[in-house]
Amino acid sequence: MTGRAMAGRAILAAAGLAALLVPLVAPAYYVLLMLPFMAYAVVLLGLNLLFGYTGLVSFGHALFIAVGAYAGAFLTTHTRLRSFEVMLVAAAGLGAAAAALVGALCVRHVKIYFGMLTLAFGMVFYTFLLKFYRLTGGDEGMRVLRPHLLGVDLDAMPKTDYLAGPYYYYCLAVLVLATLLMWRIVHSPFGLCLRTIRDNPAKAEALGLGVTRYRWHAFVISAVYAAVGGALLGPPTGNVDPTLAYWTQSGNIVFMTLLGGFASFFGPILGAFVFIFLQDLVMSVVPYWRLIFGAILAVIVIFAPGGLMGLFARARP
Amino acid sequence: MSGVFHAAILFLVAAGLQVVFGVQKIFNLACGSFYALGAYVGVSAVGWYAAAGGPPALFILPLALGGLLVGLSGVVVERGLLRFVYDRDETFQLLLTFAVVLMMEDLIRMTWGTSPRSTAGLYLAYGQVQLLGATVPVYNLIVIAASLLIAVGMGWLLARTSFGRIIRATADNREMAQALGVDLGRVYARVFTLGTALGTLGGALVIPATAAMSEMGIELIVEAFAVVVIGGLGSMRGAFVGALAVGVLRAVAIAVYPELEMLLIYLIVIAVLLLRPRGLFGRATA
Repeated sequence: MTGRAMAGRAILAAAGLAALLVPLVAPAYYVLLMLPFMAYAVVLLGLNLLFGYTGLVSFGHALFIAVGAYAGAFLTTHTRLRSFEVMLVAAAGLGAAAAALVGALCVRHVKIYFGMLTLAFGMVFYTFLLKFYRLTGGDEGMRVLRPHLLGVDLDAMPKTDYLAGPYYYYCLAVLVLATLLMWRIVHSPFGLCLRTIRDNPAKAEALGLGVTRYRWHAFVISAVYAAVGGALLGPPTGNVDPTLAYWTQSGNIVFMTLLGGFASFFGPILGAFVFIFLQDLVMSVVPYWRLIFGAILAVIVIFAPGGLMGLFARARP
Repeated sequence: MSGVFHAAILFLVAAGLQVVFGVQKIFNLACGSFYALGAYVGVSAVGWYAAAGGPPALFILPLALGGLLVGLSGVVVERGLLRFVYDRDETFQLLLTFAVVLMMEDLIRMTWGTSPRSTAGLYLAYGQVQLLGATVPVYNLIVIAASLLIAVGMGWLLARTSFGRIIRATADNREMAQALGVDLGRVYARVFTLGTALGTLGGALVIPATAAMSEMGIELIVEAFAVVVIGGLGSMRGAFVGALAVGVLRAVAIAVYPELEMLLIYLIVIAVLLLRPRGLFGRATA
């Protein structure tokens, strides 16, 4: 094992340990801030399968975040079901179903046309959430009742204790499982095929790969991740609303991926972490976080397209 | 008729989007932000004009002038940011314009605050007329006429002037144009500024009919996006027809079944993208 891989493992182990210890040592405020980070990390793992590994940039992935979040909300408010496991499975299933349809239409196009199609589909869903208020609650959205974790009813706990305790570890477990699974996916023959398609679709086709089919599979997998991440976003705020599906949300998650580094497996997770905590820091000083983040995005695009991971790699000999 | 007014405004913004995409091959998400900027500058310009005691009947002059002048800010964005990424993947170009969207939204909030701004009472300064059984503010007719005039002017600029020839040559084949002595940097800066000025003018002209809000830019961009997709990316005629289609369809949908409003338009966009990705008037370029 090279020194570099060892260092990578050491950093990963330290990060994992830190994540386990956070609820014990950090103030509740920062523990709660970890929740959206972990939800977005799951979303971005999926998005990067499409962006970094397949070379397709979706500008409509917020659609699947919203599908997942609303699936969970719908179950808690319209049925008696409160099991979080059922919510996650429902989110994943609906996300896959929606993506199978949308993806089949989108993956026939690449580059800017793919981006535009996904954006259009995202806005269709946004408008649907906004206008069909009987089903979706319109612009006020829907309430998410506190889900039961592993069948245990935790309604009696104070909200912060619930979120910073059992719910935190539940999200962490989902994130770790999602990461391991994605690691297997990108290092499987399937992942290798995706990279071949990204680098040279014509050659991949000539080698006998069904390019469109592979892209479609990658699209569906990434949407399932987005939907599961979306379902994790609901319970901490206790509410879901249509802005989850708006096109700027899709832009922000692409931004997070780029910030961390789309060329690296862990880049998007780092991107989500830096985005969430930096946003919190900036907003505690000035209300204009978009100005600062826009400037950061411009600097990254122009000077460091590899993102933070790219900078680290460059700094090391 | 309100649909046609909306279409006239949409055409201006979409035309700006088209000319930039046609020449620079950049899909400029920030065109909606320039539209919002134009709207706020328009409100301020009319405010100063009224404070200086100008006759209300001529308020459209400072409005349009303010809208056009602030379009010059486009050159800052082009020279300061975009020129670094022309040889990059279009994903990065798109993200850079998204960065401009984020920055401009907050710059507008910092300058004009978060509450909506409007030009009180000037909308009906020119009176109203009865047209086809509906009461239409004369201001709407002026804007529609101005938009038509600009459409003709753009057609003339592109088809008949030497600048237009250079633009078309660059859009067709940028290496060849460069080899023939076209200064790409200058053409890009001018084209981008032209596109920006069309957007800011659109924003300024819409403002007597509505109020300026900081979210208006990110909302309009998706409509302008629908217009250029339906019409065909990079086509001026496409922008014209697309704007008319979107403006009128939206007005009809609101009258018939309000829930369908934008949903209908996005569904048409998807249908066009799937069946005819180049749009109704798009040319066969890759």
